[in-house]
Amino acid sequence: MPDTLIKIENLKTYFPVKKSIFSKKLFVRAVDDVTMEIPRGSTFAVVGESGSGKTTLARSVLRLIEPTSGKIFFDGSEILKLKGKDLLDVRRKMQIVFQDPYNSLHPRKLIKNIIGEGMKIHFKITESEIKDKISAVLKEVGLRDEHMFRYPHEFSGGQRQRIAFARAIVLKPKFIVLDEPTSALDVSVQAMVLKMLKDIRSQEGLTYMFITHNLSLVDYIADRVAVMYVGEVVEMGEKNTVFNHPSHPYTDLLMASNPIPDPKFQREKRLLKGEIPSSINPPSGCRFHNRCPHADQKCASQAPELSEHKPGHFVRCHYPL
Amino acid sequence: MELRGKLLDVSGLKVSFYTYRGVIKALDGVELWMDSGERLGVVGETGCGKSVTSLAVMRLIEQPGEIQAGKVIFNGKSLLELSEEEMNGVRGIEMSMIFQEPRSSLNPVMKVGYQIGEAIAKSKKMPIKKTYPEVREILKLVGLDPERVMNSYPHELSGGMSQRVMIGMGLATHPKLLIADEPTSALDVTIQAQILELLDELARKMGNAVMLITHDMGVVAEFCDKVMVMYAGNSVEYASTFELFERPLHPYTGGLLLAVPRVGRTDELKAIKGTVPDLVDPPSGCRFHPRCPRVMEICKENRPPLLQVEPGHFVACYLYGNKGEVKENA
Repeated sequence: MPDTLIKIENLKTYFPVKKSIFSKKLFVRAVDDVTMEIPRGSTFAVVGESGSGKTTLARSVLRLIEPTSGKIFFDGSEILKLKGKDLLDVRRKMQIVFQDPYNSLHPRKLIKNIIGEGMKIHFKITESEIKDKISAVLKEVGLRDEHMFRYPHEFSGGQRQRIAFARAIVLKPKFIVLDEPTSALDVSVQAMVLKMLKDIRSQEGLTYMFITHNLSLVDYIADRVAVMYVGEVVEMGEKNTVFNHPSHPYTDLLMASNPIPDPKFQREKRLLKGEIPSSINPPSGCRFHNRCPHADQKCASQAPELSEHKPGHFVRCHYPL
Repeated sequence: MELRGKLLDVSGLKVSFYTYRGVIKALDGVELWMDSGERLGVVGETGCGKSVTSLAVMRLIEQPGEIQAGKVIFNGKSLLELSEEEMNGVRGIEMSMIFQEPRSSLNPVMKVGYQIGEAIAKSKKMPIKKTYPEVREILKLVGLDPERVMNSYPHELSGGMSQRVMIGMGLATHPKLLIADEPTSALDVTIQAQILELLDELARKMGNAVMLITHDMGVVAEFCDKVMVMYAGNSVEYASTFELFERPLHPYTGGLLLAVPRVGRTDELKAIKGTVPDLVDPPSGCRFHPRCPRVMEICKENRPPLLQVEPGHFVACYLYGNKGEVKENA
């Protein structure tokens, strides 16, 4: 039995949409019945295209968005029921790094205030202790002491993402959500940031939820992966199992669409036809059936459950590959 | 004068932008060439000048930017010497361009059919209404349903559909060259694969050359015949795609390839130390020298020219300096 840090049960996050006052109430079903477990000390990647609900899932887990229903357990405590001091304590243990480092750092605050603000809220410590901790954490993420007295605009994208990460780890969290942390960065910079994330995870014993649309990154950083499509998890398991034997037709075609930086690699051309459906009114039955090359009558009428195809490998498909 | 590319030959192109911070030397002697029907990938990171190069070739550089030097020979015409009126006969007709953000490239208050019709009307000098049969054909060609799309406004289309419209608009006049500036960067991977497939299929059918500007090495490997790698406003390496990925010569290209993550790769990614230089005050000599693992004294003082070191493989680097023979183009 692996030690589970985060356990999500039947999580739903819906957003109401206003049509006219006469039409019935409609919802964007951004996250629809997601169940998953994240083992302690691992990197759990959530992959999906735009509109798949991966970011909403991440924010719901941190209660940055209040989920509509479901349960989330963090280290055994059900966080959707927490209030006041208990909630504050859990908030410290769960941190997030956002996608765009140009918008996630306050432009008029010094780096020391950006990183130190959380400590003032969560710890009873003196200014000089705060300063020591900031200087230590800057070193850890590969920046220098003097950077403390600068403003965000003086840094490059990669450096800003290091600052955002420093702000998260300085509170000694257990769990960090990384929401597309490198998609705004150039590849040569991305490589450095990914390496830092990987190193610090093993040093500090952190658990990551890594949100991305880039399958190549998943292979580099993750241990386990969940593939999302229109609000649902369609496939989940060990990274190697999922990547070597993709069993949901969507995962399979997603992998086939991912360009490989090697001209020698001649892959068969398999395109995913059509476009991502709306999560306000998703297709009946299996949400993927109208784009699936293997779909039949059953897929159009009956929604498949996420079931254990092989031990530890979950697939939401009537006819797994 | 000997041209390296029969369709397009850009040499010594310099473009600067005059800003309050100082003069940004965005392009400083860019070299680029293409044959008819060829697919050239122009790759590089943010700020390397790949988009500015494409805009300069189209003569679309606006204030505070200025083309200061260089030659652009396209299809036998020296584009930088043409009058604005003559250039209008080339731009959008013999050479067209599609952009990264398809939705912001379309006019939001005009119907899609009308917008495509405009391009044809201009090249054939006929009223827009008469182009509609041809517009329908083009929409079919790019995989859209003419009945649905003709009278739609851009906001009614998804990102992938908008990019199809842009491609249709770009190819409506049967240009010899289509410049695609990061055409799939704003799209999801499955839609990206569809769009690349479409560009490929249409280029085969219509015989146009494609200049694909991208930062994604995967897209280059799949789509391009030849690659030009740019760094900080310079052309640093040119080779066939196969050759470039197999045997990158420039230390920057080598570093870039090692930094790219890919499925099936779990070894440590190797980053290039340092960051892209500020082009207001670029490094002396080779602009890559402060980040180069194999830097020599000469690199700090002189700029290496782009030389052919092996048949079809050009590199701007003193590591190969003695073997190269200067390809004259003046």
